[in-house]
Amino acid sequence: MSHIKTIIDNITSGASSARKEVERALEKATENEQYHALLSVTRERALQRANDIDARIARGEEAGALAGVPFVAKDNFLAFGAPTTAASKMLEKFETPIQSTAIEKLEAAGAICIGKANLDAFAHGGSTENSAFGPTKNAFDTTKVAGGSSGGSAVVTALDIVPFALGSDTGGSIRQPASFNGVVGVKPTYGTVSRYGVVAMASSTDTIGCFTKDSEDAELVMSIMAGRDIRDMTTLPDFFTPERVAKPHQKIGIVKEFMSDGVDSEVRQRVEEYIEKLRTAGHTVEEISMPIVKYALAMYYIIVPAEISSNLARYDGIRYGHRAEAKWSLAELYGRTRDEGFVTENKRRIMIGSYVLSSGYFDAYYLQAQKARTLLVNAYNELFESYDALIGPVSPTPAFGLGENTADPVKMYLADIMTVPPSLAGLPALSVPAGVTATGLPIGVQLIGKRKSDASLLALARSMEEK
Amino acid sequence: MTQISRDDVQHLAQLSSLQLSDDELDGLQTDIAAILDYVDQLGELDTTGVESTYQVTDLENVWRDDAVIDSKVSREELLALSPDALEHQVKVPKVL
Repeated sequence: MSHIKTIIDNITSGASSARKEVERALEKATENEQYHALLSVTRERALQRANDIDARIARGEEAGALAGVPFVAKDNFLAFGAPTTAASKMLEKFETPIQSTAIEKLEAAGAICIGKANLDAFAHGGSTENSAFGPTKNAFDTTKVAGGSSGGSAVVTALDIVPFALGSDTGGSIRQPASFNGVVGVKPTYGTVSRYGVVAMASSTDTIGCFTKDSEDAELVMSIMAGRDIRDMTTLPDFFTPERVAKPHQKIGIVKEFMSDGVDSEVRQRVEEYIEKLRTAGHTVEEISMPIVKYALAMYYIIVPAEISSNLARYDGIRYGHRAEAKWSLAELYGRTRDEGFVTENKRRIMIGSYVLSSGYFDAYYLQAQKARTLLVNAYNELFESYDALIGPVSPTPAFGLGENTADPVKMYLADIMTVPPSLAGLPALSVPAGVTATGLPIGVQLIGKRKSDASLLALARSMEEK
Repeated sequence: MTQISRDDVQHLAQLSSLQLSDDELDGLQTDIAAILDYVDQLGELDTTGVESTYQVTDLENVWRDDAVIDSKVSREELLALSPDALEHQVKVPKVL
């Protein structure tokens, strides 16, 4: 497995070059086409950028903290060199005139985007099976799902096509696929990384993060992407400062509601082993109860569809994207365009959103969910007065079979039951690899911290990787 | 079980600007009823006197200077994104 640090060392020493690294990544992408993790490769632009960076290095110029390191972006990040499809027919041919802030920052640091990863269309889903262009297969078992919605990004990292990949996480879309594919997944504090130039899903919980092979690499990528952006007014004033050493003797809570019989026994076992490691390292881990957490998924599937119905109203076939044939009226053009451009899951969420925001239902659904969300936020705040972090599973099961949950949307949503609560509260959360099942499927452990504790969480995860 | 009629689903599709086939409407009627059935459990929570949480940043009134920032994107580039543009205008079917 190639880590970012190794690639940088090899380029610095002259053992490798940006060109060689990009060529290697492109070759590996071709070798692994059967996983369908990538929707496009940006070969021409990537090689051009690699040549430029090698030339800068040859001239002895500063080439950036990630000079020559290849990466992949989820295909809901606006990026030059290929269409930005959001895995939808709506944006199948959309060529962006601007790039997302996250990609601009990584490019300024010398990193090179080599392709765009598959996702559930518009990031709606937990398996990447909702992609309009077909599912991505799990890196460890091609009969299993990649997880989602950032399934392609997780798989390209796990297959070692690139040392890191970008994803977005609204309710688990980085953490769950990271868990299913045995890589580190970072969902930062809400507002850490600018969402400018990333296809919006649910604006009150959308976050930008990354997939890496270890926590040290994750910290490096996050430290470059993080920061205030005038183009995304929800970004927090700069706070992300890497922490080299984990705080000793931490007090960590395990939410007992997430370790019930409903959770796969091997998942529970791996989490318990991780807890033992934490104890051996001198931390205290105690069981705690958080009764409100069982309502979090219901809150999420009211609030998020409401925001989706609003955010996706912009896809009307007028200014950009797909436009359907319509003979008679503008209403017909909208209706047909949106019917053809969206997959069923997009329509399901838009319509649920329209329902919960309708007059007569608004108070009972949307308003009730936003009030319940306050109770959830309060419960977390109270816990973080006594605890440094919370630990638990990422998902109740390891990767499930392709097609296993597609007929039952509620069953599919339940895969998010443990990742959704911190999203609603804007908390940072990591998925870190914690071993595999008897059949070799990866299992992740979730670490959750209070707002802006991202660097401390990463330091804790890193200290455990060294064990 | 939450009751949602065929007319309700048709109405939601209309509110959402979605012109759907009969088959898809059938499927969505079942799915939406099941999802509403699941989220209905929120009704059990007592939220009397609880404020809503619409955002979690604690940021308020984020100001910026009222200055022109060059987007470096031309009008031509933006118009070229439209499926149908003519003489610096986006073409649409008749509205009335």
